[in-house]
Amino acid sequence: MPTLRLLNVTKRFGEIKALDDLTFEVKNREYLCVLGSTGSGKTTLLRCIAGIVKPDEGDVYMDDEKSNLIPAEERNAVYVPQTYALFPHMNVLENVMFGPLAKETKRSTAEETAMRVLKLVRLDKRADAFPSELSGGMQQRVALARGLASGAKLLLLDEPLGALDVRLRLELRSELRKLAKESGLTVIHVTHDQEEAMTIGDRILVLREGQLQQHGTPYHVYNRPEKIFVANFVGNTNFLEAIVDHRNKEGGVVRLRDELKVKVLDSSFEPEEAVIVAVREEKTKVTPEPRVDQPNRLSGEVVEVHFLGSFIRYTVRLTNGDRLAARLPVHEEEMGIKQGDWVSVNFDPSDSHLYEYPPLGLQRELEAS
Amino acid sequence: MPEIRVEGVKKSYGKVIALNGVNLTIKDGEYLTIVGPSGCGKTTLIKSIAGVVQPDGGDIFIDDNKVTSLPIEDRGVGYVFQEIALFPHMNVYDNVSYGLMVKGITPLEREVPVEEMLHMMNLEGYVSLYPNELSGGARQKTAISRALTSGSTLLLLDEPLGALDLKVRTVLRYELRKLVKDLGLTAVHVTHDQEEALSVSDRIVIMKAGKIVEVGLPIQLYMRPKEIFTAKFLGEANFITGEIVEKTDSEIEVRVNGSILRSNINSEADLKKEEACVMAIRPEFINLSLEPAENNSWACEVLSGIFVGDAMRYEVLADNGLTLLVKTPITGEETSFARGDKIYLSMPEDYILVYRQPEEGLEKALSLE
Amino acid sequence: MVNGVRVAIATTFDKLSSRSSIKKLVYVGAIVFLVAFILLPPMLGISFKLDLAQQVLSNPDLLKRAESAIFWSFTIALSVAAFDLIAGLPLAWYIARGRSRWISVIDGLADIPFVIPTVALGYSMLLFWGSTGPVSVLGFSILPGLILVLLLHFAFSFPVVVRVMVGELLTHSVIYETAAKTLGAHPFTIARTVTLPLLRPGLIAAFLLAFARSLSETGATVIVAGVFENGPVFIKNANDAGLQGPMVLVSFTLILSSVAVFAFIRLLGNRLKIPINRVYPGPEARLSSKGSVDLRNGLTFLIFGFFVLIPSIYITFPAMTALTDGTLQKALSGVGVWASFWQAMALSYSIGIIATLINIAAGLPVAILIARKKIGKIGTTLLDAACTVPIVVPSVALGVSLGFFWHSIGFLPEFWILVFAHMTITYTYFVQAMAAAIEGIPTEMEETARTLGSRPLHVFRKIIIPLTKYSFLSGAILTFTRSINETGAATAVSQNLKTAPVLLVSWVKHQVPVTTSDIALGIAFLVLTSFVSLLVLRLIIYRRKT
Repeated sequence: MPTLRLLNVTKRFGEIKALDDLTFEVKNREYLCVLGSTGSGKTTLLRCIAGIVKPDEGDVYMDDEKSNLIPAEERNAVYVPQTYALFPHMNVLENVMFGPLAKETKRSTAEETAMRVLKLVRLDKRADAFPSELSGGMQQRVALARGLASGAKLLLLDEPLGALDVRLRLELRSELRKLAKESGLTVIHVTHDQEEAMTIGDRILVLREGQLQQHGTPYHVYNRPEKIFVANFVGNTNFLEAIVDHRNKEGGVVRLRDELKVKVLDSSFEPEEAVIVAVREEKTKVTPEPRVDQPNRLSGEVVEVHFLGSFIRYTVRLTNGDRLAARLPVHEEEMGIKQGDWVSVNFDPSDSHLYEYPPLGLQRELEAS
Repeated sequence: MPEIRVEGVKKSYGKVIALNGVNLTIKDGEYLTIVGPSGCGKTTLIKSIAGVVQPDGGDIFIDDNKVTSLPIEDRGVGYVFQEIALFPHMNVYDNVSYGLMVKGITPLEREVPVEEMLHMMNLEGYVSLYPNELSGGARQKTAISRALTSGSTLLLLDEPLGALDLKVRTVLRYELRKLVKDLGLTAVHVTHDQEEALSVSDRIVIMKAGKIVEVGLPIQLYMRPKEIFTAKFLGEANFITGEIVEKTDSEIEVRVNGSILRSNINSEADLKKEEACVMAIRPEFINLSLEPAENNSWACEVLSGIFVGDAMRYEVLADNGLTLLVKTPITGEETSFARGDKIYLSMPEDYILVYRQPEEGLEKALSLE
Repeated sequence: MVNGVRVAIATTFDKLSSRSSIKKLVYVGAIVFLVAFILLPPMLGISFKLDLAQQVLSNPDLLKRAESAIFWSFTIALSVAAFDLIAGLPLAWYIARGRSRWISVIDGLADIPFVIPTVALGYSMLLFWGSTGPVSVLGFSILPGLILVLLLHFAFSFPVVVRVMVGELLTHSVIYETAAKTLGAHPFTIARTVTLPLLRPGLIAAFLLAFARSLSETGATVIVAGVFENGPVFIKNANDAGLQGPMVLVSFTLILSSVAVFAFIRLLGNRLKIPINRVYPGPEARLSSKGSVDLRNGLTFLIFGFFVLIPSIYITFPAMTALTDGTLQKALSGVGVWASFWQAMALSYSIGIIATLINIAAGLPVAILIARKKIGKIGTTLLDAACTVPIVVPSVALGVSLGFFWHSIGFLPEFWILVFAHMTITYTYFVQAMAAAIEGIPTEMEETARTLGSRPLHVFRKIIIPLTKYSFLSGAILTFTRSINETGAATAVSQNLKTAPVLLVSWVKHQVPVTTSDIALGIAFLVLTSFVSLLVLRLIIYRRKT
């Protein structure tokens, strides 16, 4: 059961760096979710670890052994691509037996192992079926079973739930994690769905253009995003451009456009420095009348109201032209706020974070690539 | 502009029934979305309207003209394919102007409408690029522009945002709706993403197994779904089976595993005493607290609590044996619970939906197939 | 016990395949084979004898004949390829896009001229258009010469063109055409603004194939040429007269110019931008109407039937006669000329089998290299181009060069030179078929298999081969059939041994005392092989579809 360590791993394809000086560690039996958008390098990462692709610089250590020279078939790390790559000319049982047979296990033992694993994923009754006869969800489970049966201790999953219906995805999320934990596997699960990453992962690693943005528990990454990109990619966040007005014991005050003042709890920036104020949409509140007990009071016009099921999202254009979005749980929506209404917007200073103003501008910083 | 009527449309592929007698009227100028699990027939339905698929039975009318046997090219319907299908040998400009070109309009005459559309969709910088050189979002926008420029007043979209990353999708879907509304078109948008459907539709159509289950406004379908499948498919729901104890005009009392639940929503008007029924309540409407509440309050134990960023997802086991999913938004003012905590849950009367026990059994009625 | 040994052997080889040194050895070996046996001999052979070309340059009559032959070769090849494209496209469209029950029938018929050995085709056309054939009823006949050569080349390249275009039409996605329909375009408009441009690589490939075939074909052309000479005919005549100089000159010129024309058309074709700027909906809608389509289909069937199909199968009549007039008994008893016939058949078969087996062994690694682009983009393009050379170059010229090369090496028996010649000509067919099939398997499948613990050879045995077995078999069958039917190279190389097609050509030219029945029957036997192969191929393909 390996620990995995990447040290300064870089991989180039022509001019582009798919992986850029990546260093991180995965603990034994950990379920790690690598979160990133298309082109962030997450697939290349898995393939480097699997041994399908060799890094240009840096090393991959498996159980403290440098694995650069170990061929893929000897690494004990199973790669499951997004398309599952089930062998179309073999039935379910033969697919699952493939791993053990490739490693020279006796046929009878291989069959036993395969049936045992198929029972685990509840597909033992479909052992004779061919991949083309199965639904997407079933195919995914066969791909997992195949990985489990091979005896590998490290599972590399590339968007395992990506090809499935939204509803099926929700159902299979917990099954996936349960299976991994019960089998004592270490899993690296790549996805672009941040809700998925937060629900399943022990820890999350956020990747952007091949570079590590943040690595920590879901709680940590969500509540203490270290970069603007992370604050935007994980969860829904409002960003306001501001300049530090002054600092004091509790934190300070920043100035938005048109001299609107906002209290913050962060005193790490100098006066007159350009910063970005970030607040989560669910921590942004709107009320029809101003609430005097709130420290940060801004007002504006509601320009959009969107019903999103369990909550309503209001987009407000402040008096200075900045836009903020606020999310309110549906059953709290007794105030009947409509498009065109004038409202008061506020948030608690403890819910805001300050970031250095990005050199390439805010827009560029928010883009995935 | 046009109004579309689908009457009794049927379509089978061998033994598989894709459409099983579908009736639907799409209003003039409406933005309608169709959602449903894979295989429900939503794509077959819009393909039938476009003429890409020939129904085995039934008729389709566009503005009172029967188009059922009219070839695709004579229907004047703009279609955006799930596969996007931009002509690979033409650049963005030529792709977008194709619809006008086939009508015999000269290159000079085409300039103005094409350039207007490109400007509206922010594609001016991409005019001479070829499809394989574009990003996913740009390709999607080009496909939409192409369908719109051909002058059709009816737009059919098959998972138009399917290929895009989550963050890009959430921005583009509003742009799409705005464009459709600005141009005064009628749009039918097929998607599997419910949040997308909820946020942009005038009305939503829910489909399952080749039939329409329910049609209604987003907020209607979410808060007061008439069909049990709608309750399951749109958003999440807990389903509880029980027996009717008392029924008046304003209240229904149901016995569940020895406890009593009261609801003041009359979803099923003709339920009688002692009849079996199924109740549904969404996870976000269940409240958890350390003290019991007045109504519909049960003692329970927390089985698990997962942090999902803006909310906590709990699985609780009530003393009466039922397991329920609860979603509590994190707004900063509440306590969170840990596994093993013994607390109380309560369900407000106006959020409990009551349904007749389905004939085919609850599991089958809720299945995604 | 046997099974255990098999598994043990397999496992040992599997383990070896993981080692990168072994992998490199196999691939390098295959490339060395390609260069040493396929590429170099033809190129060097000619260069050994270049000085002989001087002979011709000093002889104005010979020179004029040579120039004329080369000129006509290219003119005929280019025009025939163009005609084939124009006449074949509607038929290909009908087969690929049509919805009638007759399609599979027409599909099968379209293949016939492709499979019949060209010798048979040539003789059949000779009889059909000749003074004793059915056309003479109409008051005219076409005797051996330029016109007959044109008709022949048109006929035997027609099915190649149709096959390639059907393949392209079937694989390329219909969705673009559907998208165009939703934008209001009529079928004719769609064909010219969407489908044809997308089909361009296929059209170019089909054109070049027809072109190459026309340049290259020897046996049938010799039969129908009479006193007319194109390149291959000239070379054969020079060979018969023992004049090496003219052979070398014309072969050399043909090799160089065909490679040049090929490269030119390939590169230029893809760059040619045909602007599609205006559409005329009125006329184009009318051209899409049922009436127009029926007219077009009718015309293409007519052309296909009268100029391609019927002339090709006309030989069955004399062949039928031969069955009843006693020739069959003569043949089966091996009397007289028939003894050498069966010897020739045995020779053709053995050459075919050996050449095919060698090509499979040597070609597989190269196919993998090309399909998986293991040597980088530029490397793969070069390798692919190198493999194409043997089919670009006219086979008779190839034969001449090979003959020179191996004879100058000295010690190689004629049988083996024949094997190498046939091997060289058919090498590409197998490699291309396998490369295409392997490319069709997603790399992810191999990668996943490897991470499951499967070593490279194991992946090859358990994944690649089962998934490509149909292409493997069709590639092998095509290679074998092509080898059996090859005339040009065999003519150039053979001094004493005669393969079946070469023998038959000598029969037609009455270099040996035979009757029409003899010839017809002999050809029928040869055709039988091809038909059996075609049948097997069709069965394999149909099994695949179900």
